[in-house]
Amino acid sequence: MTEVNKRRYLPWLYLAPALGLLITFTYVPVGNMLFYSFHSWDGLDVTMDPVGLDNYVRVFTDERYWRVFLVSGYYFAASFAQIAIALYFAVVLSFDVRFKNLFKGILFFPYLLNGVAVGFVFLYLFQPDGTLDTVLRWLGLGDQTRHWLGDPDIANISLAGTSVWRFTGLSFVLFLGAIQSIPGEIYEAAEIDGAGRWHQFRHIIVPGIRRIISLSFILAISGSLAVFEIPFVMTGGANGTRTFVVQAYETAFQFRQIGLASAMAVVLLLVVLLITWVQRRIVPDEEVQLS
Amino acid sequence: MRRPAMYASLVLASLVVLVPLAVVFFAAFKTRAEYSTTGPLTPPRNWLHFDNFVTAWSEGRMLLGFGNTTVILAVSLTGTILVGTLAAYAVSRFDFPFKRLVLGSFLVAALVPGVTTQVATYQIVKSMGLVNTPASAIVLFLGTDIISIYIFIQFMQSIPPSLDQAAMIDGASRFTVYRRIILPLMKPAIATVAIIKGIAIYNEFYIPFLYLRSPDLSVISTALFRFKGPYGAQWETIAACTMIVILPTVVLFLLLQRFIYNGITAGATK
Repeated sequence: MTEVNKRRYLPWLYLAPALGLLITFTYVPVGNMLFYSFHSWDGLDVTMDPVGLDNYVRVFTDERYWRVFLVSGYYFAASFAQIAIALYFAVVLSFDVRFKNLFKGILFFPYLLNGVAVGFVFLYLFQPDGTLDTVLRWLGLGDQTRHWLGDPDIANISLAGTSVWRFTGLSFVLFLGAIQSIPGEIYEAAEIDGAGRWHQFRHIIVPGIRRIISLSFILAISGSLAVFEIPFVMTGGANGTRTFVVQAYETAFQFRQIGLASAMAVVLLLVVLLITWVQRRIVPDEEVQLS
Repeated sequence: MRRPAMYASLVLASLVVLVPLAVVFFAAFKTRAEYSTTGPLTPPRNWLHFDNFVTAWSEGRMLLGFGNTTVILAVSLTGTILVGTLAAYAVSRFDFPFKRLVLGSFLVAALVPGVTTQVATYQIVKSMGLVNTPASAIVLFLGTDIISIYIFIQFMQSIPPSLDQAAMIDGASRFTVYRRIILPLMKPAIATVAIIKGIAIYNEFYIPFLYLRSPDLSVISTALFRFKGPYGAQWETIAACTMIVILPTVVLFLLLQRFIYNGITAGATK
């Protein structure tokens, strides 16, 4: 083999494992999924029946399927609370505070925990006469106790609350990191100019962490559509808590309706891509520089 | 803001984080009778009552779970690091046609949430005959990882190319440069990837739940999940098992705090 030829194929040799995996486990599945979504298939049969847009029509018209978008709404709303709480504590801990590292560690720690373990911890907390009810009675709010996971009106709120508990630590650490990367002289200059804490927050901190806040919203939206472990472990999707992924899992792997489940997944994928595209338009990502 | 209010909010938040975990910790040390007669906030009478842990450990076959998790973790991490650094080396040190297309294909793939494609991925893994073998989880942990490649590319760009050029003038081959110069200098990036990827694999539930159905292939997430049915009412056993799963995370966090913060930040913002 000549030297020129060798140089031509060499980089591809280094890329081959990564590209092979990328194509086999991301692009081929996405392509297949598109194909399945126009067919009726149980995953076993040798033949698939083409059904046109029937699966998509069903996703948007059958309540069992479009309802899952409403359930995502609870998690999406909760993610605003999550971002607000995280931002508050990130600002607080960027000041001179005693036991800073201890508080930082405690607030962040839930994010590292195993999802199934978190599910059990909160299943225990929400039990009738469990921890939450006991604490409420202590506080004289005994009449506020209810079936936190059994009552369809409130189950999604309990689950979304669990999700806030689990993920606030991530947003918090990202915000804190961004705030701490703002040079200290800027605050000093602002203080000399007589700017108070609120002004410092509004005019120094917020612009400094805009990119990370916008990233957090994207993670929040795709995260709220991809919720799986918490409802699956805690309620199994009962009492109106079936999320998109729980429903897609059941459709595909329990009821063997691969076509219908694929249509759901395609819709979800399009939503996520659309949101990401919108975000890139609104907040251009200056820091991406490859090659 | 007033200082006392600030500290009050910090203490309140810490309680919200710690109390749900503390009550499960309490329950893990209680006897059956004690559990049914005392409230959740009452500490156990005997802190040395380890029966629940013993039951959870043996009934849940937790040793098997930890063993399987460790094997999958070790192989997936090694693989991710090799595949990722090789790809990053090609991208940052070679010029070749379609380079932008290749980069773009990694970028777009990073936007596809893994859970959405499992419906179709399952059929592929099944056709390879990997369902119910540890290899299924391993290839998926390798194949779904784009963020690591990103971290590697970014880090490699900070290594001066003059280093490799000097070595090549001395007669070193491309692979020698990768093996002797690039890989050793990549240690910080490798540590970052090992941490974020390691935590993600240890905590992963969906992939093992879907692909490792056989009880002999339990990883810790699925082993813990199996307590849900038959132990529905035996909370003291479930609590003990939950604590067994959480404990390694606590230890690791206390030991590697700084690296974990840095790794998480790098992983989420790249």
